[in-house]
Amino acid sequence: MEYYLQLIINGLVVGSIYSLVALGFVIIFKATKVVNFAQGELVMVGAYVCFALTVQFQLPFLASFLLTLAFSIVLATAVERLILRPLIGEPIISVVMVTIGLSSMLKSFVQMVWGTQIQVFPAILPQEPFMLLGLPIAPVYVAAFGLSALLFGVFSLFFKFSSLGIAMRATAFDQQAAQSMGIGIKSIFALSWCIAAVVSSIGGIILGNINGINAQLGHLGLKVFPAVILGGLDSLLGAALGGLIIGVLENICEGAAKDLLGLGGFKEVASFLILVVILMVKPYGLFGTKEIERV
Amino acid sequence: MSMHKCGLFYTTYAAEDGLFRSRFQKLCLGLFLAAMLALPQLVDSYAVSILNLILIAVIGAVSLNLLTGMCGQMSLGHGAFVGVGAYGAAILSNAGAPFVAALLGGGAISAMVGMVFGIPSLRLKGIYLAISTLAAQLILEYVFLHASSLTGGANGLPVDPPQILGFAFDTDARIFYLILAVTALCVLAVTNVSRTRHGRAFVAIRDYHQSAENVGVNLFAYKLQAFGLSSFLAGVAGGLWSHYTMYITPEQFSMGLSISYLAMIIIGGMGSVIGSIFGAAFITLLPEMLNLLISSLGGIAPDLSAVIVPMKEGVFGLMLVLFLIFEPEGLARKWRLTKAYWKLYPFAY
Repeated sequence: MEYYLQLIINGLVVGSIYSLVALGFVIIFKATKVVNFAQGELVMVGAYVCFALTVQFQLPFLASFLLTLAFSIVLATAVERLILRPLIGEPIISVVMVTIGLSSMLKSFVQMVWGTQIQVFPAILPQEPFMLLGLPIAPVYVAAFGLSALLFGVFSLFFKFSSLGIAMRATAFDQQAAQSMGIGIKSIFALSWCIAAVVSSIGGIILGNINGINAQLGHLGLKVFPAVILGGLDSLLGAALGGLIIGVLENICEGAAKDLLGLGGFKEVASFLILVVILMVKPYGLFGTKEIERV
Repeated sequence: MSMHKCGLFYTTYAAEDGLFRSRFQKLCLGLFLAAMLALPQLVDSYAVSILNLILIAVIGAVSLNLLTGMCGQMSLGHGAFVGVGAYGAAILSNAGAPFVAALLGGGAISAMVGMVFGIPSLRLKGIYLAISTLAAQLILEYVFLHASSLTGGANGLPVDPPQILGFAFDTDARIFYLILAVTALCVLAVTNVSRTRHGRAFVAIRDYHQSAENVGVNLFAYKLQAFGLSSFLAGVAGGLWSHYTMYITPEQFSMGLSISYLAMIIIGGMGSVIGSIFGAAFITLLPEMLNLLISSLGGIAPDLSAVIVPMKEGVFGLMLVLFLIFEPEGLARKWRLTKAYWKLYPFAY
């Protein structure tokens, strides 16, 4: 039993990282209807920039953290302006492929600058674990979980109450109507990319503190799909819950497959099996907007 | 010789719908095929091996174009379907089946798998379908890696070179003719499908699924047909691949392969058969060109060889982005414009 409890707790931690990345994904999708396949690479770039600033340039962690966020904003603005904006109104496949092209470019940039070996992040939180329910848990895990919850809360309030957040929701709902109400669609698009990049960078920095970083970090972007499909593509609450649920489920499936069937590496595929089931049964997820077609 | 007419002067629908609209086209194709047949005698075996890879990529790209370009169903799992065909054909041929049977068998297995993963297309559209095919890709990759009793797992699976009626295609130049023949058949098949009732139904579904259903196109049946046919051809490409490289491992059929097939049809031109051929050649030649460029720059910038692998991926992504922004209809449009220019040369119109 303790084995499964440990699996669930690990799942919650990994899941909270998924939630963070999914949050960025959903913010972009909500405002611009762009399905971003480069979300994982945004995480990776954020983690590497922070790593370079703290380790290679010896800046204090807080300074490099803030500089990383500033870098993310610049990167996201450039990406939105140069790559995504020319494709407004193009078919879905073009938009998907352009984000895939973007992910190749970012991945190649990181590998050319920092190589492919694992880089160890400097520890910024105390290392010794504390006990919860009789299980040892590292503080960085709690920090990851807490930060995800905090960011989720902030963005929920932002979308609900701030005028910018309402403008973003209006843009997502109907671009023409939003534009005729005086909302600057272009700045909304840029803003949503900036928020997504910042959130992803934070996720990357936390992840770097847990596992170290390598060029495979971008695979995280694929793991986001089960989470957002489960939660519903355009729901913040869905992203948060979906990430956690997928994190827990894939850890339990991995553990059970190893325990009962002796299959290794089942984690990679478990979340996608769940994804297929969700798509068959409830394609718009737990909280997503249903698109109803009447002929 | 009448090369081109200045307008459309067809007197029957059959003539307008014909495979070749003028004798000049037939002549060009004949010359092109003759040149292809002569090529292995003229270039070295490395160049022939690249040609072989291009031809196999052409089958993959043409088959994906049937599904994505013609029928509008985006697939991120095409690389895995190629893999199913590669493993299917390899296992059949290792079990003693003759080459042609193994190739068709691999295609059939791939078609079945493709149709199973095509079933969600009844309910899902656009991005949801893309994500479900992404799931198919990752699930199939897992099967390749972990069904080790069948596929050899991470150790890979050795395959013998193909043999037909006792004649072994065991050199690059010999197998080139085999691959060329199969590729020509596949390209012809897809071109002809696009001229039939089925092809028109696919295009109708792509353009607007509700209108298609209203004029009597059975959406589910035709989408499944598109998935089946496309995966069958992908499987044939895979069968050729496994028999040509004689050794297959799971990582050859990863997500990256699916993405490069999608890149081929986008750079070539969606929905265009000749575009798929251009795209396949372009994407296969891109890393070779980079190698050439870097080795010729060797004296000036010697440290580039360390970053050549990530650089290839970066250039690939850059090309994809540039084509999508500046030439979304791909090389096929460039080809049309070039033809139109020379048709009227030296007059502008």
